[in-house]
Amino acid sequence: MTFHQSRRGCAKKPVVAAAQERMDVGDAYSMACPVRLTVPVADKRELASLVVGQSVLLSGVIYTARDAAHRRLVEAILAGDELPIPLQNEFIYYAGPCPAPPGRVIGSIGPTTSCRMDSYAPFLIEKGLGGMIGKGTRSKQVIDSMIKHCCVYLAAVGGAGALLSRRVVSAELVAYGDLGTEAIRRLEVKDFPAIVAIDTRGNSIYERR
Amino acid sequence: MAIVHVDEVTREVKRMCIEANTNLPADVYQALVNAVGTEDNPAAAAVLKQLVENADIARKECIPICQDTGMAVFFVEVGQDCRIVGGSLTDAINEGVRQGYRAGYLRMSVVADPLERTNTNDNTPAVIYYDVVPGEDLVIHFSPKGFGSENMSQLRMLTPADGVEGIKRFVVQVVREGGPNPCPPVILGIGIGGTMDKAAVLAKKALLRPIDRRNPNPSVARLEEELLELINNLNVGPQGFGGKTTALGVNIETYPTHIAGLPVAVNVSCHVTRHMTTRLGG
Repeated sequence: MTFHQSRRGCAKKPVVAAAQERMDVGDAYSMACPVRLTVPVADKRELASLVVGQSVLLSGVIYTARDAAHRRLVEAILAGDELPIPLQNEFIYYAGPCPAPPGRVIGSIGPTTSCRMDSYAPFLIEKGLGGMIGKGTRSKQVIDSMIKHCCVYLAAVGGAGALLSRRVVSAELVAYGDLGTEAIRRLEVKDFPAIVAIDTRGNSIYERR
Repeated sequence: MAIVHVDEVTREVKRMCIEANTNLPADVYQALVNAVGTEDNPAAAAVLKQLVENADIARKECIPICQDTGMAVFFVEVGQDCRIVGGSLTDAINEGVRQGYRAGYLRMSVVADPLERTNTNDNTPAVIYYDVVPGEDLVIHFSPKGFGSENMSQLRMLTPADGVEGIKRFVVQVVREGGPNPCPPVILGIGIGGTMDKAAVLAKKALLRPIDRRNPNPSVARLEEELLELINNLNVGPQGFGGKTTALGVNIETYPTHIAGLPVAVNVSCHVTRHMTTRLGG
């Protein structure tokens, strides 16, 4: 199956069950006591300890990529070409930042809607991707692939781009510079806040019990 | 007869692009602050606090509230006794967008062709609606529109028999289907009536009105309030993590329509709903 055949876009499907009950996620303890995670991880098995709803502070290196960059990455994978970034144990941040004003390393940089990357994500997960950072729901195909390959999906707060930009220590353009904001950037982050939205067992913060 | 030079338009548009994107409007900011105290879901409260802090950082440091600084949307009221000199009004608005998005370090998010998708690198062209109105003023309303929420918008041609109940069902369905994706808490602009296209434009226009101001028609105002309550009972919550704050506001605009139709457009907007107005001329 190629990614063209698998693309379905952001399906408009109910994500909130009729029942008003929600699962016990984001409880006061896990919100108040975030776990620290160094990325890329040394071993993906570390990721299995993260549970849905847990707050996380990421430090280390992550790569930005959104729609256009994903398309190119998957085209490269299908063509058997070398990729411009490593994927094994790495984290990709679905984001297209604002330009950096003088004196700052980057402009506003919040997450974009993840489901637009759903048709591409399984190809990257199969190549060893450790995690994805974005916002919103994921398709069943993506979740199945995450479970199979021990990958985690984190949500950052959409629309908090100014705040999140202060957790980026350095930014460097690494590929597809012609795409402007959609280029791939290597970010060094310190205490970048996120929440486990879908864990490696497929439990989702967006599913209500 | 008032005279407005296009250079003045460009200057004002440039200023609005930067200010609207860095300074959250008071109505939306206050709604976020108010919502923090109502949430007992800790994840929801934590998100709302982050959003208030984010707006504070953006204002103080003059950086965009959200990296999606939007496609520039303008509603321009041209007074029929206002004369515009020095060039094309549309070009002047686009030049203001070009200058504002560069000078403000805002994101260039527009592609020249929807199929070929090459970035124009200056965030033009803007989407501009003109209305000719009595008077000497040139009034420019600006709203940079982000697409995380725009993508979750929907339009439906209901029938007269569907009535108010049909409208409620449809609007609630749009919010439920959008779930976490449009960055809740959302603000809804709803257009009811007119033709298919008119309803969509009304929905966009509704987003320009501050959310603390109800429609002057009492029955429409009541529908705004009822919809807000229905939506906030969905338990989507901030970022879709659950909670009472799924929407901050619901604004409806209406227009006469055909005996056979009931067009309803729902333009979904996020908690970074930006709107600004400037008045030139008379």
